[in-house]
Amino acid sequence: MDIDLVRGILTAVIFFAFIGIWVWAWSSRRKSDFEASAALPLEEDTYINNERENI
Amino acid sequence: MDTAATYNDKVVRQFSIMVVVWGIVGMLVGVIIAAQLIWPALNFDVSFLTYSRLRPLHTNAVIFAFGGSALIGTSFYVVQRTCHIRLAFDKLAAFVFWGWQTVILLAAITLPLGITQSKEYAELEWPIDILITVVWVAYAIVFFGTIVKRRIKHIYVANWFYGAFIITVAILHIFNNLSIPVSLTKSYSLYSGIVDGMMQWWYGHNAVGFFLTAGFLGMMYYFVPKQAGRPVYSYRLSVVHFWSLIAVYMWAGPHHLHYTSLPDWAQTLGMVFSIILLAPSWGGMINGIMTLSGAWHKLRSDPILKFMIVSLSFYGMSTFEGPMMSIKTVNALSHYTDWTIGHVHSGALGWVAMMTIGTIYSLLPRLYNKEGMYSTKLIDVHFWTSTIGVVLYAVALWVAGITQGLMWRAVNADGTLTYSFVESLKATYPYYGLRLVGGLLFFSGMLIMAYNVWKTVSDKKPVPVAVLDPA
Repeated sequence: MDIDLVRGILTAVIFFAFIGIWVWAWSSRRKSDFEASAALPLEEDTYINNERENI
Repeated sequence: MDTAATYNDKVVRQFSIMVVVWGIVGMLVGVIIAAQLIWPALNFDVSFLTYSRLRPLHTNAVIFAFGGSALIGTSFYVVQRTCHIRLAFDKLAAFVFWGWQTVILLAAITLPLGITQSKEYAELEWPIDILITVVWVAYAIVFFGTIVKRRIKHIYVANWFYGAFIITVAILHIFNNLSIPVSLTKSYSLYSGIVDGMMQWWYGHNAVGFFLTAGFLGMMYYFVPKQAGRPVYSYRLSVVHFWSLIAVYMWAGPHHLHYTSLPDWAQTLGMVFSIILLAPSWGGMINGIMTLSGAWHKLRSDPILKFMIVSLSFYGMSTFEGPMMSIKTVNALSHYTDWTIGHVHSGALGWVAMMTIGTIYSLLPRLYNKEGMYSTKLIDVHFWTSTIGVVLYAVALWVAGITQGLMWRAVNADGTLTYSFVESLKATYPYYGLRLVGGLLFFSGMLIMAYNVWKTVSDKKPVPVAVLDPA
């Protein structure tokens, strides 16, 4: 197969993969998973023997 | 209590403190060489104090010592918190810290001695390169080992950015540094001519893209939501942001070689991809800044958030400026002038350093079981010295760079050059002065930070933090 044809097909594959990522990310089934993930940085640390003044 | 039930924060604390130390060292060297450009006699005729040897020391110290410590340290913090598991391989993590500090010390010794590969941002000679590779592989094992044993199904977006940074930097470092050693302190690159140039800037620009951008975006995606107390504006956008950014950045390197012997099509390819990069860059910036939507009032009282939001603003500005400068006709004016240096610093000081500083202020009290930093007022003072410093710096070098570019290209009616080089140098002097003032201001902010950090961490022993349950 001609190398330029391979390059053309590869470009098309990557283009549709990119569209696929958009579709995947915006699908409603992802919503609850994404919300749970987005909340991860907001978790607070639990200190062991948490006595802030007497350590 | 068994250690598996707590996070490994020791290594994070070590890296965080070294961020401040190396920030001061690296920026001090920067201030010295900025002064040398005005007063060349400041090298005192001592070989290891010459500009040519201190400049790589400055870039290595700020990028790899200051930036690297910040990235490795925060990635170890973030990956544990978002995977609900202790860091994999405690001893290997300790090796990453001590190994990385050894690399930095070796750089601080060899570069002033003039031992160099003469590759920009990859000056270190082959024995140090091998040590970097070993430390980096250990880093990857610790980071991805933690991801593998995570107790959260989804891998949080910050880890994707950190992961891309780790993998790509490993590849860049190994391939750009392939060389044939002739002695312990001297080697010759495997590449020659324009292939060497292309390898160098494939490395160089992706060091910007993956070390100074992807890594710090990982930091942004965790610490901006954390500090704002709100989830990231759009998690969906962050997914698209990640894949588009890493797919496009890899191709932008040739814009460093416009109008060289690099084939014209490769130059144009580099330019086109650089312009496309504007989209993912601004997508990420908007995602970070909009995280504050509905909570803008917090900016009034929280100087840490101010650091982060101004950092994202500088990210937006320099990722607009960069694509513009990659356009060949603009590049014909800007390249080889101080405009480039100004652009780099609005990215490095404005984006990278200010995000790092904000993150360290946010992180340190958590690492030392404190309610907050010793003085919020001093953070605010630091914020204003940094902001004014970087604005002065960038403006000075915009004006200097455009002046140089216009003077160098000016021709008389008979085709001769209007100005000699030294005339453009003379015209640059006042702006070098302004740049030094900006640099000094930014540097003095780091001293304020050091005092604040010392007062925060010196009086108490840190307390272990319990690993959260699987989700």
